[in-house]
Amino acid sequence: MSGLLRDILKPVVSGFGITARRLSHAKVTVMYPEHKREQYPRTRWRHALKRYDSGLEKCIGCSLCAGACPARCIFVEAAENTDEQRFSPGERYAVRYEINMIRCIFCGYCQEACPTGAIVLEKNFELADTTRESFIYTKARLLDPLPQAK
Amino acid sequence: MPSRVETLVLHDSSTPVIGDTQKAGNVVVTGADFLLKAARSNSLWPLTFGLACCAIEMMGTVASRFDIARFGSEAFRATPRQADVMIIAGRLSKKMAPVLRQIYDQMPEPKWVISMGACASSGGVYNNYAIVQGADQVVPVDVYVPGCPPSPDALIYGVLKLQEKIRKKNAANFKDLRLWEGLTGARTLEEVEA
Repeated sequence: MSGLLRDILKPVVSGFGITARRLSHAKVTVMYPEHKREQYPRTRWRHALKRYDSGLEKCIGCSLCAGACPARCIFVEAAENTDEQRFSPGERYAVRYEINMIRCIFCGYCQEACPTGAIVLEKNFELADTTRESFIYTKARLLDPLPQAK
Repeated sequence: MPSRVETLVLHDSSTPVIGDTQKAGNVVVTGADFLLKAARSNSLWPLTFGLACCAIEMMGTVASRFDIARFGSEAFRATPRQADVMIIAGRLSKKMAPVLRQIYDQMPEPKWVISMGACASSGGVYNNYAIVQGADQVVPVDVYVPGCPPSPDALIYGVLKLQEKIRKKNAANFKDLRLWEGLTGARTLEEVEA
């Protein structure tokens, strides 16, 4: 009888004890599509081209980001600002700014190289898509909207 | 409509007229399509095709924090015969490409491909002689997931995109149902890319 207790009942009870203890633990699963987990402070995902508070673009079309990019996924074409059409405070602005998001490795070297802080890697990670063409992010898609007039 | 549809018609009590294959066939295809899409999109069994570091994030996706089982994709299969979606996780070398193609061909219809990470999708930083510049040169890719590597939630977003794609595609005829490749013949390249 004592053998039955020792060999069968005790292991079964202690085994269910582990299950019972685990039941009281907090759940670890992040319910992703409904709740997004808080990203770490230095997380690097989708790029954004920033503007000054005046609405002028920070990018001056210097192509340093394209030079720093290890994947060679950035293309910048610069043009001169004129007094009639002014996009950035400097002499030049980026007339075309394209990032091949499928080749980008989100290393953040472009952000490091940028002298004006124009390109910033933000935390939107929902980039998956079904066609290859849709991953060419043009300037229109990257640029922040104009600040609302106050 | 091919006469084979009628075998389906006999099992469907809501079919109005059995003799009218054209009309009844479409009713059956639409009804079966709705059920098949619901069933398929909610049980996408992935094939493990871990080629590099992205595979670590793919394993993390299955673990309890992100738990891809919530979307019915927890059953990672090591054999292509039991898998629905191939997750290419990592850079695809030119030497591996024929192996990838063979394994894709061994998967039964219906089958889908997720290209995970910059390297599998486009070659990434490895723009050299050894790496295929995009797995879509070898197999038709349904969803591209950028990132180096994509975090588990980014991969889950890709799986959700694929589910959405499966639900949106309406079958126009019997072949579109993708029931049995041996019966209808392999899909043409245009059908795969559509």
